[in-house]
Amino acid sequence: MRELTYREAIREALREEIQRDDRVFIMGEDVAVAGGAFNVTQGLLAELGPERIFDTPLSESAIVGAAVGAALMGMRPVAEVMFADFTTIAMDAIVNHAAKMHYMYGGEVSAPLVVRLAYGGGMRFAAHHSQSVESWLANVPGLTIVMPATPADAKGLLKAAIRTPNPVIFLEHKLLYNTKGEVREGEYLVPIGQADIKRPGDGVTIVATGLMVDRALGAARSLAREGISAEVIDLRSIQPLDEETILGSVEKTGHLVIVHEAPVRGGFGGEVAAVVANKAFGYLDAPIQRVGAPWTPIPFSPTLEEAYLPKESDIVTAVRSVVGASAG
Amino acid sequence: MGYSDQLTEKDLIQMYRWMVLTRVFEDRICGLWGKGGVVELPHGSQGQEAIAVGACYGLRQQDHVMPSLRTRGAFLVKGISARVQMAGVYAKVTGPARGKATAHHMGDAERGVLLGSGIVGASITVAVGAALAFKLQRRDNVVVDFFGDGAAQRGDFHEGLNFAGVFKLPIIFVLENNGYSEYTPLSKHFAGSDFACRAQGYGFPGMRLDGNDIFAVYEAVQAAAARARAGEGPTLLECMTYRYRNHCEVQPPEAFRDPAEIEQWQAKDPIARMRAQLMQRGILTDALVSKITAEVEAEIDDAIQYAEESPFPAPEELYKDVYAPESPELVVGRRS
Ligand SMILES: Cc1ncc(C[n+]2csc(CCOP(=O)(O)OP(=O)(O)O)c2C)c(N)n1
Ligand SMILES: [Mg+2]
Repeated sequence: MRELTYREAIREALREEIQRDDRVFIMGEDVAVAGGAFNVTQGLLAELGPERIFDTPLSESAIVGAAVGAALMGMRPVAEVMFADFTTIAMDAIVNHAAKMHYMYGGEVSAPLVVRLAYGGGMRFAAHHSQSVESWLANVPGLTIVMPATPADAKGLLKAAIRTPNPVIFLEHKLLYNTKGEVREGEYLVPIGQADIKRPGDGVTIVATGLMVDRALGAARSLAREGISAEVIDLRSIQPLDEETILGSVEKTGHLVIVHEAPVRGGFGGEVAAVVANKAFGYLDAPIQRVGAPWTPIPFSPTLEEAYLPKESDIVTAVRSVVGASAG
Repeated sequence: MGYSDQLTEKDLIQMYRWMVLTRVFEDRICGLWGKGGVVELPHGSQGQEAIAVGACYGLRQQDHVMPSLRTRGAFLVKGISARVQMAGVYAKVTGPARGKATAHHMGDAERGVLLGSGIVGASITVAVGAALAFKLQRRDNVVVDFFGDGAAQRGDFHEGLNFAGVFKLPIIFVLENNGYSEYTPLSKHFAGSDFACRAQGYGFPGMRLDGNDIFAVYEAVQAAAARARAGEGPTLLECMTYRYRNHCEVQPPEAFRDPAEIEQWQAKDPIARMRAQLMQRGILTDALVSKITAEVEAEIDDAIQYAEESPFPAPEELYKDVYAPESPELVVGRRS
């Protein structure tokens, strides 16, 4: 099968959806002429023309607010907010407006927009350009929150996100843009809300999102060498949450480690842990462990950022502790 | 030209020197980018030096400046050494916040530098709040708030300026109009004729001026500061300028713009212009120019050496300074 980068897979999804449906368009800062801060939309202006992809002023509140209004009038906007950290400025449009339109219209209309966000650390971009913001939004009924970890998922999930009648927050990890993976040719969708077992195993369940899926797979490979069989579940979306896949795995393994790049405290891992504690308590052989960032802003200096970001070795340690806890 | 006329020869030479220091600092880090050592992605201010230096020269220590992404010169004039800034660029423990923050919009409370923001435009309302405090405290300090034409398209610009107008706050909004917001030219992000006229809508004066003329900037800021100190409220100064480098060093200078445009602006270079003026007045000579250049180069060499030799922060630094110290009558319990 052909390989694409995560970036190319997203671009292909955008191109296909714009060609398929005249209601779809892209707007954001430097998305058209410059092709996006991470080159995701490079070339699309020449292919699709200036009515389907255009640059906006530096106005995140208006970019997302206008996407909401255009969506209400029958368009399917894909709004780009260059760095996920800038979601704060667009927060009102997302939280109070996009998310609640369908409800407050009594089901008459909805706001089918996608907000694309580049998130995550590892690029020495410091506290304002590195955050993982999914938990800020996870407590808002009406939103759908997607976090693809592979090129194939990025393409299929983005196409589904554009087509669903509800607002979707689409989180792209910056360190994934250059990663390659198999992406089949032509049209396909990945339904939002299905977790994917990226590696089967029966000794411990590792639930991860975004870039942390790759870190969890690395940890699983090294754990295999010490005889621990880890099942790695890529949530793919945190809202909806595929409880069934998580519970099924924990029932089999009896051990759970949850990994995300956002701070542990208040992070989405707490929600996953609560679901498992509530619905699979009897299957757990050891306390649940969470791996994530510490309770600090994201620092700039490499030595500090490395200490901040969750690593494969942190996952290995957490797994050993839960597996050891049940053995001992 | 009231205020500039009062500048002494020493002042003039010092202002010139600050601009050269800013230029050499920026040129060196752009040159070093990608070759190891420099960690912070440079967002060069070459071409815009007259704004930061002209606006900050002659401010009091307790007058506060709010940096934009292109105010290297403001840090220098406010007294943050090239060493500290360079250490920040190298992400060393001797840099801002002991390695936790970047240098290009760093804060320094002691020297009257407010922490800038990576969230472009967000700093405008914070700067307004600093001016509000000065008013409430009956201190006659001013805030000089720098930001770009891109930032002026944020809601925070409008909210901040209206707030400052309503409360007649001691603040000078210095809009660095370099014609671009990242790679988007002004014509594609602005349908109006100028930014200066926006001030009228908020009830205070606004003017457009030549941001490559250090005297025009100095004059306008000094006059606005006098107004602000007298309780007469804010001023908006739209300084026309151009950045020679691109938005940041990820793209070469000529990407998404016409190389001829860069040349046209280089002909209006703020440093060359001041040099010519001071030479004509006999204040600068070839010998003095060479001496200043040599001194500045040496100062930057020293800063680079200092940055290179400084250690990276120890990992424990990560956990420091998340909260200010608190006593147990106020707060107890585990944060994480
Ligand atoms: C809220 C926000 N949106 C977008 C960005 C990305 N960004 C950084 S600088 C910039 C352009 C700023 O233009 P301007 O204010 O004119 O300053 P200049 O770079 O020209 O000095 C953009 C879009 C950001 N950092 N913050
Ligand atoms: Mg600009």
